[in-house]
Amino acid sequence: MRSRRILAALLAAGLTVTLTACGGGASRSAVILSGATVDTAATFEPDSTMARLKAAGKVTIGTKWDQPLFGQKGLDGKPGGFDVEVGKIVAAKLGLRADQIEWKEAPSKFREEIIERKDVDMVIATYTMNATRKKRITFSGPYYTAAQDLLVKRDNTTITGPDSLRPTKARVCSVAGSASAENVLKYIDAKQLVKFDVYSKCRDALRVGQVDAMTTDNAILAGYLSQSPTAFKLLGTPFTKEPYGIGISRGDVKFCEFIHQVMVDAAKNGTYQKAWTETAGKFNKAIPTLPEFDSCA
Amino acid sequence: MNVIIDNIDLFWDGLLGTLMICAYAAVGSLVLGVVLGIFRVSPVPPLRWIGQAWVTVFRNCPLTVVLFFCAFGLPELGVDFPDFYLWVGILGLVLYTSAFVCEAVRSGINAVQPGQAEAARAIGLTFTQSLGLIILPQALRTVVPPLGSVLIAMVKNSALVGAFGVGGELFATVDTLTSARGLPLIPVLVGVAIGYLIITLPAGALLGLLERKVAIAR
Repeated sequence: MRSRRILAALLAAGLTVTLTACGGGASRSAVILSGATVDTAATFEPDSTMARLKAAGKVTIGTKWDQPLFGQKGLDGKPGGFDVEVGKIVAAKLGLRADQIEWKEAPSKFREEIIERKDVDMVIATYTMNATRKKRITFSGPYYTAAQDLLVKRDNTTITGPDSLRPTKARVCSVAGSASAENVLKYIDAKQLVKFDVYSKCRDALRVGQVDAMTTDNAILAGYLSQSPTAFKLLGTPFTKEPYGIGISRGDVKFCEFIHQVMVDAAKNGTYQKAWTETAGKFNKAIPTLPEFDSCA
Repeated sequence: MNVIIDNIDLFWDGLLGTLMICAYAAVGSLVLGVVLGIFRVSPVPPLRWIGQAWVTVFRNCPLTVVLFFCAFGLPELGVDFPDFYLWVGILGLVLYTSAFVCEAVRSGINAVQPGQAEAARAIGLTFTQSLGLIILPQALRTVVPPLGSVLIAMVKNSALVGAFGVGGELFATVDTLTSARGLPLIPVLVGVAIGYLIITLPAGALLGLLERKVAIAR
């Protein structure tokens, strides 16, 4: 009897804590940091993806959950970052509030898969637009242009750029199956390349000195640099161009053009720039200009 | 099906990579496991403690954790050698699998009737002699089926080492094919599953043969 009463007391205490936690103001993820206004009066052509999403009152967006500055899941269980803010800007033009977005994790190797299966309405996840991917999905973009770069230990003086990798016999880390791993092979021998399944392991290998450099998009490397700015340095010697696009169902030209227009407007009214300064811009002050979009057809 | 046929070269390379890793790891864990099994029944207490501690640690830690310690812990201690991640991946598999081999071997030793050991001592054989000539030959024959299960489990566990910097391993071809070549996931996974079956099914059949061949009448 006594133990049951204690249990009840504990449950009650737990409940109070949970309720207070929920009552602690709107969570950051429900706030549109870019300041984009929700366009509740928006009207769309019937049968279009936009009309369907607005009528459903919900949009599902896939993003990275482990990419600091671009898409990273926070302690509240919701993602934050530049990609996430871009998603909120698009949703706002659909007439949807940030809390009407359902976020899903979109790891690199499943991105085409979840778009094809219609698990998500769009994927905004440091997603490089390339020919192989365009066979399976359609990109609206680029909304940002990254470039492949190198991250090394802060005290490293021998590696100065991609051309110094072969002479110094540097061990270079990247992720198996990534375009970065293929690209860097122009500058190193296959034996110099170490491949993991995720970039965070490359960072750990770099930290313990088992590899001498890690390589992928500078946007991604900057995220790891922002976590430990005293341990690493970004070389700033880009050697590819990585246009990031928003992935949608293959052939949905109207939705693609809609997103294009939304981003052009966002760049004009300053929400695109604010989305940057509130997220990735806290670390990288150089505000990007919206690149010229590719044709949707 | 086309996905598999068109990329048969990559699947084949992955299969060979996995076979190579498993061959080294199987030899390593069998040798180490038998030694540890002997430790666990030895009359020397410190050896028994080592065997006990080994099994407790490595049988109860997830393989991923063991691999993390090998791949990221050893460099902290200043350990480094050529092809570091390949050998460290094999090392992780050996550490983990040997704990299971050890227990299988110990159960085999326990299955040998005490009368055998007593008779060996009675005719004046030393501990080493009675173990090497009387007990182990009978014990190892008994444990072929459980050892087979342990080794087949190890082949499947080897899928994890690809995530720790080991290139050219069967499961890692999934990343190459889906991410770099942009192929759909499910057919690629089917191809990889077939690859593992190509290793494990003949291994199972061989173990069955071996079991019948070395069976003893009690």
